[in-house]
Amino acid sequence: MSDVILELVQIEKSFGDVRVLNGIDLTVRKGEFITLLGPSGCGKTTTLRIIAGLETPDRGRVFLAGKDVTDLEPNKRNVNTVFQNYALFPHMNVEANIAYSLKLKKTDKQTIAKTVKEALELVQLSGYEKRMPDELSGGQKQRVAIARAIVNQPAVLLLDEPLGALDLQLRHQMQIELKRLQKRLGVTFIYITHDQEEALNMSDRIAVMRDGKFEQIGTPAEVYDRPKTSYVARFVGSANLLQGKAYNAGDSIIRLETPYGFGLVSTRGAKIRDGQAITVAVRRESVTLVAGETADGSGLRAIVKEKHYAGGVLQIILSLSDGSEFVSSKQGLDSPLKAGDHVLITWLPEQGVIVDLEEA
Amino acid sequence: MDAEIKASSTAAPDPGEKPQGRKFAFRKLFSAATISVMPIYAFTLLFVVGPLVYMVVLSFLTRAETWGVIKEFTWSNYKKILEPVYLKTFYESLKLALITTFFAALVGYPFGYFMARLSAVWKRRMMLLLMIPFWTSSLIRLYGWIIIFRANGVLDKILMGLGIIASPLKLLYTYSAVVVGMIYALLPFMIFAVYSSAEKLDWQLVEAARDLGATPWQAFITVSFRLTIPGLLSGVVLTFIPSMGLFFIADILGGNKVILVGNLIQEQLMKARNWPFAAALSVVLLILTSLMIALYRKVSGVKDLEGLV
Amino acid sequence: MKKKSKLPGLYLGVVLALMYVPILLVIIYSFNESRISSVWGGWSLRWYRDLFRDRDIMDAVTNSLILATISSLAAAVIGTLAAVGMPKANLRGKGIIEYLSTLPIMIPEIILGMVFLVYFTLMRLPFGMVTLVVAHTSFCIPYVYMLVKARLVGLDKSYEESAKDLGATDWNVFWDITLPLILPAITSGMLLSFAMSLDDVVISVFVTGVNTNTLPLKIYTQLKTGVTPKINALCTLMFLSTMLIVLLSAHFARKNVRKTERRITSEEASRMRDSIGLAR
Repeated sequence: MSDVILELVQIEKSFGDVRVLNGIDLTVRKGEFITLLGPSGCGKTTTLRIIAGLETPDRGRVFLAGKDVTDLEPNKRNVNTVFQNYALFPHMNVEANIAYSLKLKKTDKQTIAKTVKEALELVQLSGYEKRMPDELSGGQKQRVAIARAIVNQPAVLLLDEPLGALDLQLRHQMQIELKRLQKRLGVTFIYITHDQEEALNMSDRIAVMRDGKFEQIGTPAEVYDRPKTSYVARFVGSANLLQGKAYNAGDSIIRLETPYGFGLVSTRGAKIRDGQAITVAVRRESVTLVAGETADGSGLRAIVKEKHYAGGVLQIILSLSDGSEFVSSKQGLDSPLKAGDHVLITWLPEQGVIVDLEEA
Repeated sequence: MDAEIKASSTAAPDPGEKPQGRKFAFRKLFSAATISVMPIYAFTLLFVVGPLVYMVVLSFLTRAETWGVIKEFTWSNYKKILEPVYLKTFYESLKLALITTFFAALVGYPFGYFMARLSAVWKRRMMLLLMIPFWTSSLIRLYGWIIIFRANGVLDKILMGLGIIASPLKLLYTYSAVVVGMIYALLPFMIFAVYSSAEKLDWQLVEAARDLGATPWQAFITVSFRLTIPGLLSGVVLTFIPSMGLFFIADILGGNKVILVGNLIQEQLMKARNWPFAAALSVVLLILTSLMIALYRKVSGVKDLEGLV
Repeated sequence: MKKKSKLPGLYLGVVLALMYVPILLVIIYSFNESRISSVWGGWSLRWYRDLFRDRDIMDAVTNSLILATISSLAAAVIGTLAAVGMPKANLRGKGIIEYLSTLPIMIPEIILGMVFLVYFTLMRLPFGMVTLVVAHTSFCIPYVYMLVKARLVGLDKSYEESAKDLGATDWNVFWDITLPLILPAITSGMLLSFAMSLDDVVISVFVTGVNTNTLPLKIYTQLKTGVTPKINALCTLMFLSTMLIVLLSAHFARKNVRKTERRITSEEASRMRDSIGLAR
């Protein structure tokens, strides 16, 4: 327990009649890079603001390094935030912005100068001391905001969609830089994004949020490969969802019976009754399309509806017999399939994941 | 666990409220924010609410024979307003205000509208050019009109020089002079109001209307004019209200020939020393102007006067 | 759009010129050697000399400057404190007080002058500088309040939050962040108040004392009774100072909009600009 830096216990928060946070729990270890992932309005920013002390929860407690800080003002918490729009003070130059928190602490001038210099080196902006925020590009503002937040040596650094305003290329570059920076500083990062790719690229753990609750908290691999709910499966990597009845088909393997055929799915130790209605998530890239028959007779019958390229990936949109869509994707080259072809959708049992199981 | 948290939490159930025990009430009352609004509370209560309340009270008191007022309730001050001579003053004021407002709109609307179509640089220059006469003391500007209007003044000389008139027009101290002075003083209000509304207009809408087959005139009437009506209306209110009370323009440019409610109030206050009657006149004027604003809000559905923050 | 009509430009030019004509005439006649203003007697500076020798007028100038300075300063303090404190203050009737405090510029000036006259008499305040300051402050506060409020509304909340996050107390936040960012608005509010106070006739007529003359009052009486060309000279100087104030204010207003925050929406900017021009 000693390496736990932050703990949220049963946090609830409403604005007016709108319940934004619905009793969330979160434990963050020292040095961890944890991402709160979710669509806008899911409560992730509110969570961050509660950790920062900019909002007070209606119920629940916030513990920072074992100390209850729920009622502490933001300036009394060893937590700093990188704001979504950077919030660089427009009337102060880069140096003054970064030095602000140190000046508040009445740090002596030499130390301030030294710390600011180091911070600017760290974010690769040496020589920009006298620039005004107005004269910086988006990426540079971003770096200054980070430098300003870390000179204080916070126990936890909160980042609210810090790359949201940058263009795609710069985003990728900053993702790598941020991750590197976090490793070097050893500071705990709590990072907010609605971009699942960003979350998968950078995080040690991802907490997928929905309607003020965590749907799943786990490593990127866990969240991606073993989503617990259909929501997570769809949000992180847009998986296909199939509904059907489960029947035992051997050693921790079940047969998913659907109106269009059946597929095999590994239970991963979950106890499934015969005939139980289940939902199975199958990733687009796990799908193999078979033109003829399969050896074991598995596969869902479908018709190729259309195919198109999206960023070097070939996407094949299939239509199941009840009209619902199913998407398969594969890297690179064209496929011999064409619209109107009848195919069977298949996957390996380990690549199907049973989601939305009741028990914890 | 749940019960424990509920027990330990002092949070008030209503959302948005920070958890605060009774001991915080004292601090809350003397918070920095509360202290910082104290001056405006005090000032407003003492020097805005106080005087206005007193005005209303005064309007129901009786005038003393010689000096001051007697604390005796009466309706007579209001009844007095209904006397023809005073009713006529209200009528004259309203008439002048309407004429002024009409001409101000006639001149000011195109000005504000055209101005909004200028480039950003020219808009700024124009704004500055408007601001200077607008901020210049109204007395200086009035004085300029005296120079223009008086017998053998600038206007007479020009007109006589051109052979249009044979003898001086003697325009000063006439109704026309007052009307010109009023329009001149109040025109900027109209311009700013129209401008601020026209500036927000999305010109693409006009282009869309043209694209869909409207003539320039049709496009103007159906789109631009329709959408700038709120600005025009607030300009009307902003010119109408002051024109009811600007007694000194009538005083200086109209001699003693044009008597407005404003002049009447001043006269009753300073010369006749009938304060209760002056108060009653003010109350009525205040009600009239408030009605104007209320009517404007109702018609336009806008909460704030466009352009007046 | 094709063929650009010259008509709008012409119209704007003509109306604008008409606005300046009366002012220019006053200025031109201030250099008239002749005492009778309908006769042109050649260029001269004698009225300016006379003006500075006129003790009465110089006293009025001093009074007006003192009055405008005190009222605009008082309004700046009261208005700014109120605009900053209002959103956070925990008091009843905030909306009503806010509305009532702007009444002095919403109701006809004559009414304001009238109520002050009777009210000050009731309170037995000595008529003169004190009553003038109170009356002028009352119509200056709304200008400062509205301008600062507009600025605060346009101000990104995250600046203050960010400062708090970096360890600032409420007091630090106010001094280091809020105040510098709203300073341009306070300044233009003050300049506006200053100009308004310097120009006021209607209210001053009612609340001044026997021995306290302000510049507009002096001009007003002269216009009514008979003008000497000294007044032209005085008006010219007043016009020049007005121009200076306008240019200064425009400078601050632009700084307000441009420099301190790029993200301010154009609507907020135009609201702010309008209120500077309009609040009158």
